[in-house]
Amino acid sequence: MAEEKGFEVLNPFLSIDLGIADWADGIKAWATANRDMVQPIKWLVNDLIVTIEGVMQAIPPVAMLGIILLIAWQAAGFRMAIFISMCLILLGLSDPNAWSLAMTTLAIVATSVVLCVIFGLPLGLLAGKSDRFEIAIRPVLDTMQTIPAFVYLVPVVMLIGIGNVSGVIVTIVFALPPIIRLTSLGIRQVNASVVEAARAFGASPRQILLKVELPLATPSIMAGLNQTIMMALSVVVIASLIAVKGLGNEVLRAMGRLDAGKAIVGGFGIVILAIVLDRITQGLGRTGRERGHRHWWQGGPVGWIVRIGQKFKSKDVATD
Amino acid sequence: MNAETTNDSVIECRGLWKIFGSRAEDAMQAVMQRGLSKDEIRDQFGAVVGVQDASFAVGHGEIFCIMGLSGSGKSTLIRHVNRLIEPTYGEVLIEGQDINSLNETDLRALRSTKIGMVFQNMALMPHRTVRDNVAFAQEVRGVSKDERYETADKAIATVELGGWEDRYPDELSGGMQQRVGLARAIAADPHILLMDEPFSALDPLIRRQLQDQFMELAAEMRKTTLFITHDLDEAIRIGDRIAIMKDGALVQIGTPEEIVTEPVDDYVKDFVAGISKLELVTASRVMQSVQEYESVAGDIEISECPVAAPDDNLDALVDMSVDTNHPIVVSSDNQIVGIVTKRALLRGIQGRLYDAETDSASVAGN
Repeated sequence: MAEEKGFEVLNPFLSIDLGIADWADGIKAWATANRDMVQPIKWLVNDLIVTIEGVMQAIPPVAMLGIILLIAWQAAGFRMAIFISMCLILLGLSDPNAWSLAMTTLAIVATSVVLCVIFGLPLGLLAGKSDRFEIAIRPVLDTMQTIPAFVYLVPVVMLIGIGNVSGVIVTIVFALPPIIRLTSLGIRQVNASVVEAARAFGASPRQILLKVELPLATPSIMAGLNQTIMMALSVVVIASLIAVKGLGNEVLRAMGRLDAGKAIVGGFGIVILAIVLDRITQGLGRTGRERGHRHWWQGGPVGWIVRIGQKFKSKDVATD
Repeated sequence: MNAETTNDSVIECRGLWKIFGSRAEDAMQAVMQRGLSKDEIRDQFGAVVGVQDASFAVGHGEIFCIMGLSGSGKSTLIRHVNRLIEPTYGEVLIEGQDINSLNETDLRALRSTKIGMVFQNMALMPHRTVRDNVAFAQEVRGVSKDERYETADKAIATVELGGWEDRYPDELSGGMQQRVGLARAIAADPHILLMDEPFSALDPLIRRQLQDQFMELAAEMRKTTLFITHDLDEAIRIGDRIAIMKDGALVQIGTPEEIVTEPVDDYVKDFVAGISKLELVTASRVMQSVQEYESVAGDIEISECPVAAPDDNLDALVDMSVDTNHPIVVSSDNQIVGIVTKRALLRGIQGRLYDAETDSASVAGN
């Protein structure tokens, strides 16, 4: 090793410094300087989160349980709904605070996922349609999925500040890629001859997208949504580092105090939420026909209501 | 054939070329200026010729078959007729209108109202019921639900699939799926039917049934039809006229009888070699004139001879000929128009036409 920084042929990297780290640190300064610019957007997203969380916290746990049961029944069938209810009851029993914390986490995850769908679906469609865009976006998605969250945690906090909104942004960065990838894949997998037939019968590009490509890509898109939700849940502990409340925060605090019991309660709650959301969205991805009835409105609680409605109608006809 | 290339043709292609490849335009220019062959285009421009200089016209109500082996460009050619593929050069006219000058909206209107298409692989939409598949062309045109379902149900009944309206395509057998494909094509009551090897993917018995059903329908509907097939038997059964396609070019266009009796080259000859001529070739094709016959064989005793009409086929002539040693007299409106000797008849069954030079000598030798 030379005392002075001479150029070494066998290890040239040691003597060359392009100053990337300093340059990137400039982003932090830029972020701090431009805080005011993003404040309106921050309030908008924050309001959304606060509203969703407010509603979820306001609904009594038993009523919420009933609502989730009905949704799960419609989406995934009666037996799955019973299983999901058992899981949620277990979650509520695990700790007096667990239910409320879970609702907070659910609100954050729901907001992130809604935003992921709003951004991800059009981007995925574009990537499915255009090879160039697909090639361009692929390294971006790879980066988003693999870069450690701690890398962008600091600039995001500098720009927006700690709290729910930063948490949602961090979550989106991590959870957005699957829905883009699987939407693109779904569009690309649509049988080309079916699209050609639609064209031959005079369908416009918009009609082909809405009537042929999107319906046929739905199972794949739903798989993407499912993965996005799972990703979003897996990042809640990291998000709690920047003061996002909920189950993740419980795990973080328990870790600080070396409280294994509390950590398990929090971690267990995240797992149960993941199972519940996974089963419901997987159910959505399956068509009504795969579950043995012809249309989605012929099964589940909606099916019951429809059938009761029809009975009343036929009674009316009979009495006439 | 050129006589039919008049204004009343419903589909007309004029000098149509399709060259695939990034340098298709350059290749096309080179073809125009230097008359390159298909192989030269491939070597010099890395471009593939799909269709070369195809011209044909299909008259109103005619069933025009395009026959060729796989890779001969027939599916490419038929996709020019509703502009699913843009030609590199040449014109396509539908009822006198050049469709390559249409804008997107007019083109879509043309596709949904005037042209129905049936695909080899059915290409039904798996997420739609039979009824919604059949009603698709009208749906994209914005026809109301009640109206389009009514016409869809009618088309479904026409192909004898009543009762299956609410089923999904994967619940149907292959033959039934293709009947849905046919119903979808005729539901909007188009003037033109494009059939891209519609029965090729079906097993022989079902294929035969569907051919029969299609011919019944075609006789009833009188739609101008462009029918693609790789099966010459099918082309002969169905087509009013047949075009033989090879390497992207139309080698011969003619009636089934013309194709079978007068193949233009060895390629076509190979194709028709296995085809039975019995029902295709008529007496007028194999007969010689009375003078010709008498100059060789002497006077003919008309009263002893069986009598046939000019359009009786060889099968009927064989029936007449088996119990007599006399030649068959062909008469039209009580006028004797020709004589069919046994020799000419047998040669006709072989697919060889009466040839005055060689055959007259051997007749004399009898």
